[in-house]
Amino acid sequence: MSVLLIAEHNNKEVRPFTYNAITAASQINEDLHVLVLGHQADEVAKSLSEVPSVKKVIHVDNEIYENYIAENYTSAIIKHAENYSHIVSSANTFGKNLMPRIAALLDTSQVSDIIKVISEDTFLRPIYAGNAFATVKSNDKKKCVTIRPTSFDPADKSGGSAEITKSDPAEASSSTKFLKKEEVKSDRPELGTARIVISGGRGMQNGENFKLISDIADKLNAAIGASRAAVDAGYITNDHQVGQTGKVVVPDLYIAVGISGAIQHLAGMKESKVIVAINKDGEAPIFSVADYGLEADLFEALPQFLSELNKLNTIQK
Amino acid sequence: MKILVAVKRVIDYNVQIRVKEDGSGVVTDNVKMSTNPPDDNAIEEAVKIKEAGKAKEIVAITIGEEKAQETVRKALAVGADRGIHVKVDNVIEPLAVSKILKKIVEKENPDLVFMGKQAIDDDCNQTGQMLAALLNWPQATFASKIEVKDNALEVTREIDEGLETIEVNVPAIVTCDLRLNEPRYASLPNIMKAKKKPIEQINASDLGVDINPRIEQIKVEEPPKRKAGIKVASVEELVQKLKNEAKVI
Repeated sequence: MSVLLIAEHNNKEVRPFTYNAITAASQINEDLHVLVLGHQADEVAKSLSEVPSVKKVIHVDNEIYENYIAENYTSAIIKHAENYSHIVSSANTFGKNLMPRIAALLDTSQVSDIIKVISEDTFLRPIYAGNAFATVKSNDKKKCVTIRPTSFDPADKSGGSAEITKSDPAEASSSTKFLKKEEVKSDRPELGTARIVISGGRGMQNGENFKLISDIADKLNAAIGASRAAVDAGYITNDHQVGQTGKVVVPDLYIAVGISGAIQHLAGMKESKVIVAINKDGEAPIFSVADYGLEADLFEALPQFLSELNKLNTIQK
Repeated sequence: MKILVAVKRVIDYNVQIRVKEDGSGVVTDNVKMSTNPPDDNAIEEAVKIKEAGKAKEIVAITIGEEKAQETVRKALAVGADRGIHVKVDNVIEPLAVSKILKKIVEKENPDLVFMGKQAIDDDCNQTGQMLAALLNWPQATFASKIEVKDNALEVTREIDEGLETIEVNVPAIVTCDLRLNEPRYASLPNIMKAKKKPIEQINASDLGVDINPRIEQIKVEEPPKRKAGIKVASVEELVQKLKNEAKVI
């Protein structure tokens, strides 16, 4: 049977992790269909129909799908579920919120946050903040799976021409109401997909000092991350948090500044290709995962780092 | 209002996890156990709502082996009124947990069910949403702020893009994020008082729900280790290494 992927989008554009989820979903079964629930999201359906690994796009257009109300999404997905062996989405806040609601109604034990597809029913997933990897086999007839987007490459975006079929909306919930979304707008690359991430921790001491980080981020075209301690202290907003309960990032270069390296933080960044740690405490656990460690006061090191970067005439973008 | 708060006993967040050599799981013998951290936030929030005069009773529930009761006892020490311990012998999946919780909800008739957004052992992040589905209740997940209104909650949720605010009618399920509040410590007198509060014990097998595993754990292994890196002496050296050796800038 086929796989149904639930697309994440903002009604205008496909959210980038949907492409990573497409890769994982098509590894489960090549007959991959994508469900777009949205309001006036024709462009989204069209973009997804152009993805070569997508065989069919089902588009449901209604104002009740303008925002991600899990209750509304679920009733629509359940309507389509009988034709599929697997329901798949990203394991980000979108999929985490949604998928268990679907799984429970299908009486399926969900497999969360997989990092590898071993076969149609067997997957690899991290547990205990990534301190152990479990190989698990789902014995449910219908499988609900969320995938860790950074563990799969994004799918090619063009060259395909899948059929788009329209479908009717399902019932809407009257007990949940969307009120508002406070989205932090930034010209910087998205944290989840950036090639370079520079993160600050408690060692930054306050929010103003994050300027030292953002100056370097601007220079390197990097995204800005943070440890939970820095977010809890109010130095920076929650959407920057990297770690077990925040985002998982796998950039080419991760620079941890003033971050001690609690296991909960390491869970979100230790798969990065190259890790740099700048910390004045030489015993900080972050050094145990760093390729390059610099034991230094960040308030001296960061301005120097910027000026050294300025001396380089080639910075890869 | 009556609030049911679900708490789970897990390996303490500070413990370095060790994988068993036979690949059957992680070492739990003689390992420090605690309440799952965001479950502490769930209890704290319920207690704050009660202190504000908006809730009459808080019932703390846990599902697990005999010792799981410790987490309920701790919840009682910070302000829950009574406890429920549903006994199971083995580790059960979130789907089974939510089926048990549904039975308890039908018996207790709470207006709200609170729990942590995710357990730090299996990292599943499923139970609250599943319970909401089984009860056909609204769900407010990853809550970092809760405002109690008449027969509704206004909940601010932490999402990847920032924050989202929704309103859910009561009865509802809320899963709590770590930034929802600052969990209090139990005072010694309250710990003593908690010993007198009742904990009802129920055998999961008496509830008539299917809690058999659907997922087979084939093996548990250590993740690949990163090979040790080097310490650099200066910022200049760091930048040179990044440019010429790692070639990432």
